[in-house]
Amino acid sequence: MLSKRIIPCLDVRAGKTTKGIKFENNVDIGDPVEMARFYYEAGADEIVFYDITASSDKRDIMIDVVRRVAETIFIPFSVGGGIRTVEDMRKVILAGAEKVSINSAAVNNPEIISRGAEAFGNQCIVLGMDVKYVGKSEKIPSGYEIVINGGRTFMGIDALKWAVETEKLGAGEICLNSIDADGTCNGYELNLTSLISENVGIPVIASGGAGKPEHLYDVLTKGKADAALIASMVHYGTYSISGIKTYLDESGVKVRKSW
Amino acid sequence: MIAIIDYDAGNLTSVARAITHLGFKCIITNNIKDIDKAERVIFPGVGAAGSAMESIKRLGLDKAIKDAFSSGKPILAICIGTQIIMEYSEENDTDCLGIIGGKVLFFNFDEINKSGNNLKIPHMGWNSINIQKNHPVLSEVKADDEFYFVHGYYPAPDNYTHVIGTTGYGISFASVIGYKNIIATQFHPEKSGRPGLSILKNFCAWKPC
Repeated sequence: MLSKRIIPCLDVRAGKTTKGIKFENNVDIGDPVEMARFYYEAGADEIVFYDITASSDKRDIMIDVVRRVAETIFIPFSVGGGIRTVEDMRKVILAGAEKVSINSAAVNNPEIISRGAEAFGNQCIVLGMDVKYVGKSEKIPSGYEIVINGGRTFMGIDALKWAVETEKLGAGEICLNSIDADGTCNGYELNLTSLISENVGIPVIASGGAGKPEHLYDVLTKGKADAALIASMVHYGTYSISGIKTYLDESGVKVRKSW
Repeated sequence: MIAIIDYDAGNLTSVARAITHLGFKCIITNNIKDIDKAERVIFPGVGAAGSAMESIKRLGLDKAIKDAFSSGKPILAICIGTQIIMEYSEENDTDCLGIIGGKVLFFNFDEINKSGNNLKIPHMGWNSINIQKNHPVLSEVKADDEFYFVHGYYPAPDNYTHVIGTTGYGISFASVIGYKNIIATQFHPEKSGRPGLSILKNFCAWKPC
């Protein structure tokens, strides 16, 4: 039986992680390669990097990070942020990333999904979706709308319709981020997650809102997610990946226990 | 020297990185002479069977791979490589190399999913293998070790004695196949952490009898 995946997410700006891990000796580790190694050894099933570098001239720094991560860890990892063209995807994949994540570029130009899938295979293309609840309407029948620019720009696109469409275009996986839940540490958006997951045939990674292991349990069971993204709950040392996995295992969720 | 066969099927550098990390020398190559000279051959790849077979034929690698097999040198096939060594793949209706008898089939979960399941395709993520037959390359695999899979089609060897390991996903399928000097995994050992690296390491030392 397939295990549910636990995926730490690292934000990287100009080659440094924005939230370092606080180790016991209180030394901040801001190097994404060292953080990747730490999570690899700690039992992460996959790692997600988001490049939040604002200026495009510093993007090549990320390619170097990807290359060094690929030499250090031997589990899959994906890279998102700033990927706008098939050429951007190619650079990241050739540097050693398993998958690329595209979000606003896909909303603005859906063709990039199919072109990326043709070039590298569906399994390489993770469709990132930022979603906000706006109430059901004729235009947004599910009540969940696609937003970009960190939730500031409403796109007038229904999230469920978009998820189904991106699967048809060739997305291999959906990373579903609830802007409402993100940063609250009050749990994932379960209704949204189960709605999307039940209506697509590709895996769904739930993102936004994780604060404690119970939240992962909820989203991997009631939320029907295939994987759960986590950030601050592990970055600050509040929980360990092995602790979360032990909790999930004891609660009856299949997770990878040996690494 | 280990030859990693390059047939334009996705990114092969991750296999090379893992082999290098383990302290072995390898080259990524589509040169038939390199494959001929190599002590061992890895036949990896991601992508679709149709385009993979097309590239293999175009580059003349079909004969090179069959020759490597006949010569008795150890061969490791990974993912789409494992599917290509079978006779036929349902993916793009493709005739394959036929080193192992059997077909490659699409996961069809229509019936299973009608009864309330939601098994997704591709089979993507970590899953375990049930070892059916001891094999030196798998000697360090422990019972609860898991491996990273990404695939929508699975190999179905005709001869059950070729099945070294099975994995359950809706059905039970052959996730490790072994025959003479070839060992083939449907999962990606290069992306499967410690247990995956143990398979690569043991392959690099394997002397098929």
